[in-house]
Amino acid sequence: MVVISDILVQGLQMLMVLLLAPLLTGFVRKVKARLLRRRGPSMLQPYRDLLRLLRKEVVLADNASWLFRVTPYVTFAAIWVAAALVPTFATGLLFNWTADLIAIVALLGSARFFLALAGMDVGTSFGGIGSSREVMIAALAEPAMLLIVFCMALVAGSTQLSTVANMLASSYVGLRVSLGMALVALIMVALAENARIPVDNPSTHLELTMVHEAMILEYSGRHLAMLEFGAFLKLLLYISLTACVFVPWKIALFGTGPLAYAVGAGAYIVKLAVAGFLLALFETATAKMRVFRVPQFLGAALMLGLLGTLLLFVSRSF
Amino acid sequence: MIAAAAMSAVVLQMWCVAALLATAALAILLSHREISSALVYGATSVICLVALFGSIRFLLSDTAGPSGLVLPVGLPWLGAHFRLDALASFFLVVVNLGGAAASLYGLGYGHHEPAPQRVLPFFPAFLAGMNLVVLADDAFSYLLCWEFMSLASWALVMAHHRDAGNARAGYVYLVMASFGTLTLLLAFGLLAGPAGDYGFAAIRAAPHTPYVASLVLILMLLGAGSKAGLVPLHVWLPLAHPAAPSHVSALMSGVMTKVAIYGFIRVIFDLLGPPAWSASVIVLFLGSITAVMGILYAMMEKDLKRLLAYSTIENIGIIFVSLGLALAFQANGMKLAAALAFTAALFHVLNHSFFKSLLFFGAGAVLTATGERDIDKLGGLIHRMPLTSFVFLVGCVAISALPPFNGFVSEWLMFQAVLQSPDLPQWALKVMVPAVGALLALAAALAAACFVRAFGITFLGRPRSLAAEAAEEVDRTSLSAMFILAALCLLAGILPGLVIDALSPVATEILGGHMPIQANEAWLSIVPIAESRSSYNGLLVMVFIAVSASSAVFVIHRFASRALRRAPAWGCGFSDPTPAAQYSGASFAQPIRRVFGTLVFYARDHVEMPAPGDVGPARFKIELHDPVWEGIYAPIANAIGYIADRLNRLQFLTIRSYLSLVFATLVTLLLVLAIWS
Repeated sequence: MVVISDILVQGLQMLMVLLLAPLLTGFVRKVKARLLRRRGPSMLQPYRDLLRLLRKEVVLADNASWLFRVTPYVTFAAIWVAAALVPTFATGLLFNWTADLIAIVALLGSARFFLALAGMDVGTSFGGIGSSREVMIAALAEPAMLLIVFCMALVAGSTQLSTVANMLASSYVGLRVSLGMALVALIMVALAENARIPVDNPSTHLELTMVHEAMILEYSGRHLAMLEFGAFLKLLLYISLTACVFVPWKIALFGTGPLAYAVGAGAYIVKLAVAGFLLALFETATAKMRVFRVPQFLGAALMLGLLGTLLLFVSRSF
Repeated sequence: MIAAAAMSAVVLQMWCVAALLATAALAILLSHREISSALVYGATSVICLVALFGSIRFLLSDTAGPSGLVLPVGLPWLGAHFRLDALASFFLVVVNLGGAAASLYGLGYGHHEPAPQRVLPFFPAFLAGMNLVVLADDAFSYLLCWEFMSLASWALVMAHHRDAGNARAGYVYLVMASFGTLTLLLAFGLLAGPAGDYGFAAIRAAPHTPYVASLVLILMLLGAGSKAGLVPLHVWLPLAHPAAPSHVSALMSGVMTKVAIYGFIRVIFDLLGPPAWSASVIVLFLGSITAVMGILYAMMEKDLKRLLAYSTIENIGIIFVSLGLALAFQANGMKLAAALAFTAALFHVLNHSFFKSLLFFGAGAVLTATGERDIDKLGGLIHRMPLTSFVFLVGCVAISALPPFNGFVSEWLMFQAVLQSPDLPQWALKVMVPAVGALLALAAALAAACFVRAFGITFLGRPRSLAAEAAEEVDRTSLSAMFILAALCLLAGILPGLVIDALSPVATEILGGHMPIQANEAWLSIVPIAESRSSYNGLLVMVFIAVSASSAVFVIHRFASRALRRAPAWGCGFSDPTPAAQYSGASFAQPIRRVFGTLVFYARDHVEMPAPGDVGPARFKIELHDPVWEGIYAPIANAIGYIADRLNRLQFLTIRSYLSLVFATLVTLLLVLAIWS
C-alpha cells in the first residue's frame, strides 16, 4: 500500500513536470513580449505548437540514418528522467535515490551527446557548426556544473538532491560564501545549458546564433516536437534544481500527506513563476554575446565553482 | 584441501602461459600455411578463456589465500617465483578477457592480414608475456617478463614495417621501453637494498627509508608511467599503438597499459609499505595533467587509431588520479575512502579495457572496410556498416562516461572519492584536490566532445571518399567480439555492485579495508559510503530511460501522426555541392582548438585568400605544436645529435693522438683515485 502511494506520488511528479514545462516557457515568452511592449502569444501557445508539430508529417533528409530518428526520443527520455529525479514539490520521493546530482548532470550529458551526433548525421554545415559549438560549450559548462555540485555536496555532506534540499531547508545552514558563489555559477551554467541569452538565442535560427537551433535545423514534425519538449523540460529542470537547493522553502518532506504536498506544489509554482519572470527580465536587459566570448563567461562560472569548492575544502564553515 | 586448490590456481595459470608459448612456437612452424591464422587465434582464445575462468574463480573464492610456485629457472640462488593473489588475479582477468576478445576478433580480422607470419608467432607470445608479468613474484622474473612483453609487442608494432612512419614508431617505442626498463631495474635495485634479495616477499618484509621510498616512487612513475603513457612519457604511445594490427592495438592500449598500472600498484602500494602523503601529490599532479593533455591531443587528432591511443593516455591519467587519491587517504589512515578511490581506479581499469578494445576493434573494422584511418576521408559509414557503427557508438557512449554505461560508474566513484578529501589534514592536498576534481571533470567533458567528433565524422554525414562510399560490413566473427565487449560495457554499467564486490578482496589485500558490500543493497543500487550521502542505480536509470522513451514512442505513434517523407536536406537556399563541404574533423575541433589549443598547442589558423580577380584556390592551414615533443624530446635528441657530431672526430684521429688520449685518461683516473683516497 505504501509502495503504491509512493509510486503514485513519483508518477504525479513525472506528470507534473511534463505538464508544467511548456507552460513555463510560454510564461517566459509572454513576460518577454510584455517587457518589449508587445502583446505576445498566449501562454498556452507552446502546447498548441507541440500539438501542431505532432500532427504534422516528418520530413526526413535523404541521408538521415536510424540514429537521427532515435535521438529525439532518447534525448527526451533522458531529460524527462533527469527532471523527474529533481525534487519539485516534495523531497525523498521513491526513486530519488536512483541517481544523485552527479548522475543527473551526466544524464543531461547523454541527451546532449545524442543531440550533437544527430546534428552531424545529415551532413550539412549547419548541423556541424551547431554540434561543434554545443560540445565546446558543454566542455566548459559540465566541469563548472560538477564544481557547483561539489559545493552543494560539501555543504550538505551528500550528493543526493533530497538530502541536500532537506539539509539546506533546515535553518542552521545560514548564509554561506561558497553557496553564494555556487548560486551565481549555477545561474551562468543554466543560461548556457538552456541556450538562453546571452549565450545563445532560443527564438531565432539566424547564423548569429548557430548553436542549439542549428543542431536541430533538420528536424520536423513529431521529432521536432520531442526535441522542443525536451528543451522545455530542461529549463524547468534547472529552475527546479536552483529552487530546491537555494530556496527550499515550503518543500514538502516525504510522507507528510496530501496537504503538505499541495502546499509544496503551490510554493513550487510560485517559485517557477518568479524564476521565469527573472529570466525574462534578464534576457530582455542583455544582448547576446559573440560565441567566442562564451568560454570566458563559462570560465568565470568554472572559477566561481572552483573557488567555492576550495573554500569548503579549507573550512566547512565558509 | 584448500592449499591444494590454491596451488592449482597458479599452476593452471602457468600451464596457460606454457600453452600460449607453445602456440607461438607452433605458429612459427605453420606460419606459411593458410590454416595457421584460424589455428593460432582459435588456440589463444581457448587458452585465454581457460585462464580467465581460472582467475575469476580465484578472485571470487573467499577461502583461497595467495598461491605461489617456484620454478628452477632464472637466477641460480633465487629461482623464478610466481604467485597468484587477489591483485594479480584481477589483472589476469583484465589481461585474459582482453586477450580472448582480441583472439576472437583476430579469427575474423586475421584473414585480411597481409603478412601473417609477422603477427602470428608474436601474438601468443605477447599474451604470455603480459600474463607472466602479472604472475611474477621476484624482481628478476618481473623484469625479464616485462622485457619479453615489451619486445613481443615491439615485434607486433613492426609487423607492417614498410608502411610510412611505422619504422619510426618502432624506434621511438624501443627507446622509451628501454628507458622504462632501466628505471625499473634501478627501482628494484633500490628496493632489494644492499642485502640483494630480489624476492617480492623479502622486499615486502624489509623496511624502506623515506629517501629510498621517494626515489622508488619517482623511478616507478618513470618506468611504469612510460609504459602506461603518463604525460610527458607518452610520446611513443600514439605512434606505436596505431602501427600494430588493430587487435594488437586493442591489446596494447586496453591491456598492456593496465599491466604497467599493475606494476605501479604492486610496487607502490604493496612492496613499498605504507605510503607518505607527499607521494600522492606528485601522482595526482601527473595524473590530472595526463588526463587533460591526453584528451586535448585526441581532440586535435584526425587519425582514428591515434585518436584512440591519445584517449588511452587520458584514461591512464584518470586512473592515476584515482590511485593518487587512494595513496593520500591511505597515508592518513582513512581506510574506507582509500578503498573507495582504489576500487574506482580498478573499476576504471576494467572498464577501459572493455571499451578501448571495443573501439580499436571498430577502428580496425573501418580500416578493413575502407583502408582509411583518416577520419576526414570517412563519413556515412552508418549506412554501409550498421552493426559496426552501433557497437562503436556503444563504445563512444561508454568512454564518454555517460549513464547507464560503465564508464560513468567508475568516474562517479572517483567524484565520490574527491568529495571525501576535505577530511585530509594536509594543506597541500586540501588546495590541490579541488583543482584535480575540476580537471577530472574537464577531461570527462572533453572526452564526450572528442567522441562525438570521432563517431560523428567517421560514421555520420555523407561519405567523404570513394572508399567510404563502397565500404562493406565486416565479418561476423569480428562483429561478435565487438558485440560481446559492448554487452560487457552495458552490464558493468547496470550491475556495478557485482564488480565492486568482486574487487573487495583486492582492496582488502592491498589496503586492509574495502568498500561496503553492495550485494546487500536493495534494488542493486551502489552505495559507496551511506545511502544518505550518495547512491546510484544504473539498472533503474536504464529502465527509466527505456520505459519513458518507449512510452513516448508508443503515445506518439498511437495518437499523433506517423507520416514520414524523405526529401533532400534543407540547405537554407544553398545546398552543399560536395561532401567535402561538410564539417570535417578539423572544423569540428575548431571551437575547442581555439579555446584550449591556442594555450596548449600554440594553435594558429592561417588563411591564404587569393587576391581579387585571381582564380587560384584559397588555402587554409592549421599550425599545431606539440609542447611535450618540442619542449622536451626535441632538445634532448638535438643535444645527443650535437654531442655525437662532436665526438665523431674521435673516430678519425692519428695513432699518436689515440695513444696520448689513452695516456691522459690513465693519468686523470690515477689522479682521481689518489685524491679520492
